[in-house]
Amino acid sequence: MTGLTKTETRTTVPTPPERPAAEWRRVVRGSGEREFFPVLAAAAAAVGFTVLLFNQLAPLSGILGMIVVGYLSFVAFYTVLVAYENPGPAVRARVVSVIVHSLAFVLVSALVLVVAYVLFRGWDALHHLNFITQDMSSAGPLDPVTVGGILHAAVGTLEQIAICLAITVPAGVICAVFLSEFPGPFSRFVRTIVEAMTALPSIVAGLFIYLSVILIFGRWAQENLPERWQWLAIGKSGFAASLALSIMTLPIIVRAADVVLRLVPGHLREASLALGASHWQTVWRVVLPTARSGLTTAVILGTARGIGETSPVLLTAGFATNFNANPFSGWQVSLPLFTFDAVKSPEPLMVARGFGSGAALMLLVLFLFALARFVGGRGAGNLSKRQLRRRMVASYRDARRFADRERSRATTVVPDSPPVPRSDSEDGHV
Amino acid sequence: MVTTTIPGVAAEESTEAPRQITTRVGPSDHVFRLIARAGGAAVLLIMLLVGCFLLYRGSTALQVAGWSFFTTEAWDPDSNNFGVAALLVGTVLVAMVALSFAVPLAIGTALYISEYAPGRLQRTLVSLVDLMAAVPSVVYGLLGAYLLEGKVIYLARWLSTWLGWIPIFRVDGVDPRDPLATMSVYTSSTFIAGMVVAMMVTPIISSVMREVFSQAPVGEREGAYALGATKWGMIRAVVLPFGRGGMIGGTMLGLGRALGETIAVYMIITPVFEIKWQVLQNGGISVSALIAQQYGEASDFGLSALMAAGLALFLMTLVVNFIASTIIVRSRSGAESEA
Repeated sequence: MTGLTKTETRTTVPTPPERPAAEWRRVVRGSGEREFFPVLAAAAAAVGFTVLLFNQLAPLSGILGMIVVGYLSFVAFYTVLVAYENPGPAVRARVVSVIVHSLAFVLVSALVLVVAYVLFRGWDALHHLNFITQDMSSAGPLDPVTVGGILHAAVGTLEQIAICLAITVPAGVICAVFLSEFPGPFSRFVRTIVEAMTALPSIVAGLFIYLSVILIFGRWAQENLPERWQWLAIGKSGFAASLALSIMTLPIIVRAADVVLRLVPGHLREASLALGASHWQTVWRVVLPTARSGLTTAVILGTARGIGETSPVLLTAGFATNFNANPFSGWQVSLPLFTFDAVKSPEPLMVARGFGSGAALMLLVLFLFALARFVGGRGAGNLSKRQLRRRMVASYRDARRFADRERSRATTVVPDSPPVPRSDSEDGHV
Repeated sequence: MVTTTIPGVAAEESTEAPRQITTRVGPSDHVFRLIARAGGAAVLLIMLLVGCFLLYRGSTALQVAGWSFFTTEAWDPDSNNFGVAALLVGTVLVAMVALSFAVPLAIGTALYISEYAPGRLQRTLVSLVDLMAAVPSVVYGLLGAYLLEGKVIYLARWLSTWLGWIPIFRVDGVDPRDPLATMSVYTSSTFIAGMVVAMMVTPIISSVMREVFSQAPVGEREGAYALGATKWGMIRAVVLPFGRGGMIGGTMLGLGRALGETIAVYMIITPVFEIKWQVLQNGGISVSALIAQQYGEASDFGLSALMAAGLALFLMTLVVNFIASTIIVRSRSGAESEA
């Protein structure tokens, strides 16, 4: 730097010209009316053109075709209108912007359509109280929706997902901890296999359990096991269904949890180890709490996926119309399976019930999803306001304690007293 | 050039040998290691068990059928006449129809969320798209079977009337000029099933793309603007090239999901066991729909044959997912996000 020049040069700044008094600050953001009016005009022209085309000029019909033709003509009109005032690149930018906006709109309206349509069709059955307090044992397909309900399916869904979670959450989290804490060839191999298994189609997971647990093991157990071990031979049942769901959700949960754990900042881990904590203490006190919100989100989203799956349950749970709270014996139905079975029926009342249980299932998933957003959605180490306040209070408390000790040491100083052991200042706060 | 010299250090010969660092592993750590390894091994064992079982049971059927397994268009295992040719073609056709709807929608939505939407709307939209991925497939099936089917047949008729010269849009046995012709030939088609599957895979593709688009470096974006690019010019010059790997990878990920989709396809499609390229016409098949339909009445050997079909589907999905993750990791955006 210093060796570059010996001669001293001075930067001269030219005197700024007098600023013109009436200069407006240019608006560079937001959409002004110049961008908005062409959209409006093109929309009006497109509506007029399409209505004229469909009613008077051409033998076209169908609401979907009308929307498609209307949209295409809207884009065409808009291009022409914008091209009046703008050069080529600006026209392209405007047209792309309109197309991108409308694609996003289509996706959102598809979601709204799904939710609204299923709720609308399901409302007939869903708003009767008996629909959620009774099962279908007393109701035939021809009975009105005021008789019978989906209690058995709802209980089945909840039990199956609970067993599934009891299996997958501990196994999944332990496996994810293993993957992120013990890197090496073996854990790389495990990770590869787990990622491969996320590709397993859910119906194949169901087929696996159906064949291995229900048919092969079940038959073998019935023939070879003594009487008091017969309970091991589970046929089609809620437990078999939850095994199939576990096979399907386990890789999903392991993978999501692995991603979350790998996002825990390395310096937190190193700080904990540097303070003398053991590996286990570091994982239990630092890594897992830091990743808690992400782990919860992973589990809840995995749950939502598992609850909505029909195909593994279709093969393994059987189908029951009566209430069966015991997942280990007897057939047990679940909400998606009931929906699937009911809407196949030719009876409109059964279809109404199917839509009712579909709507109930969707509401359950929406609730879980909202819960996931409420709990999680924060990256590792990002604290909510309340957590921040709690940490601050803890820090203040520590600071006060240190100050107190300093003060007491200063007042009770005795020449020959042994030094205060330093290790008494440990605390759990990170 | 300035060389920094610290007096005394370099000159002094280090007489001390480097300290040996040893780790003492306490009892709690031993237990922890044991449990973690056991957990990893258990998950590995379960996954390998599933894979080996599939392979073992499927191979009995494969041995009987031989290579004709991949060329036969029928499914009648008990008389030894079965194969996945029609199934795989049907599965891929459903997935392709789904992708042809899903990819433009996903690109548009991802671009809107990452480039056009104002901040608050952005977060809401991200949640909505994720929510759409969480809606159960049986619910999409309901929508497809009861709402879309009635509306889409008109679009299908229009397509087959005007674009019927393209082989996949051809529909046999119907005269488009006949106003009284029945519409039932357009129902329960691969096309409708593909549309429903598209609704399921769009959010998955879109969220991968959005993630990648939003990582496009700010410096390059501003550079493009400073050179006078319009917004679209900037997107085309910076965002899309940067996100190309993520776009391809996300699409493949959606393809993997679309291949394995069961219930929605099963609810809509009328199964036929022949290779059927006409996507607009009634009837089609996919591997998972076949399994759902046949497992109940299948004999032991029939189940083996179903297993073999499931294995073929699994391998296809596996290859697609593997290619997807390789592309994502190798791309510029992926290399930065996976680090």
